[in-house]
Amino acid sequence: MRSLAALALLALLVLPAGVTAGVDKPVLAPAKGEKCIAPPEVMRREHPDMLKHQRDLTVHQGVRGAKVNLEQCVECHASKQSGSVAATKQDFCESCHAYAGVKIDCFECHASRGEKK
Amino acid sequence: MNGRRAFLGAAAALGGVAVAPGLLLFEPARAEGVSSEVRWGMLVDTTRCVEGCTACVSACNKENGLSGGTRPTDSQWIRKIELREKTIGRTLSLPVMCQHCAEPPCVDVCPTGASFKRADGIVLVDRHICIGCRYCMMACPYKARSFVHQPLTDQKPDVPRGQGCVESCTLCVQRVDRGAQPACVEACKAEGREALLFGDLNDPQSAIARRMREAGAKQIRADLQLDTGVRYQGI
Repeated sequence: MRSLAALALLALLVLPAGVTAGVDKPVLAPAKGEKCIAPPEVMRREHPDMLKHQRDLTVHQGVRGAKVNLEQCVECHASKQSGSVAATKQDFCESCHAYAGVKIDCFECHASRGEKK
Repeated sequence: MNGRRAFLGAAAALGGVAVAPGLLLFEPARAEGVSSEVRWGMLVDTTRCVEGCTACVSACNKENGLSGGTRPTDSQWIRKIELREKTIGRTLSLPVMCQHCAEPPCVDVCPTGASFKRADGIVLVDRHICIGCRYCMMACPYKARSFVHQPLTDQKPDVPRGQGCVESCTLCVQRVDRGAQPACVEACKAEGREALLFGDLNDPQSAIARRMREAGAKQIRADLQLDTGVRYQGI
């Protein structure tokens, strides 16, 4: 009985904080380029499939300069502050993925910032 | 005049805009991929390679973003080997890297298909499907492959690499695909040695094929019959 009361008290303490805080909405800063390779609604839904399809063509068959190109994505969408698409929670890829709770593996190997010039 | 202009326009559209010979303003899209009509290879002239020079190794490290460390856990895509024949005292210095075999043992043993040979003969690891089992490292008779033990940061945009995958010399595939030479070959040339020659082994008219015909080109461990793409002259 005592433990139940303690649990209720704990719930009262924790709940309001949880409700008001919520999860930050993604911040999508405008990209450098003029136009993306597809409309935003297509990109939002299909970009993982696009990248996965292209990576096999590029690695195994040596198809270069294709429309879908992770390097180009990064070049265009890298944030002005961090210079990266996934270094901070405000960066293009990371902000959406943090919101959706989906881990990005890409940038464990791929550069998340454009070529240093 | 109009005909010539139309021809130039068509040529530019086909091949990208050439700023200077071998230098393109933008990459021409290559939708069809690589072809097996070409087989890339390299010829090492050991008579021009000198002891103590590591220009090829440094160039490789710089191009591919390797640390340059030489511990067993560091990635080394190309190593300089010094040999000495005990009885006559003759010394040899030569670089050894992935030999880009036509029959690569690393590909035979790979359980996931991550280790593969491209149509143009370049042996690569697809890091997307490499599980880091390191069978290929044991199968390779040339000790050419390395395993990435630690998380990496600041990789080169052209050369993605990361923890948990096996890797090795790619013949600078990112450069070859845009029509350039591997970094080690350029560095050797810049040193004035020209001990490394890169080209198409399938084209009988290419400089590498001609030199191999005239001067001979040995394989390391030819007894294994792997038909290596990297050949040596003067060993």
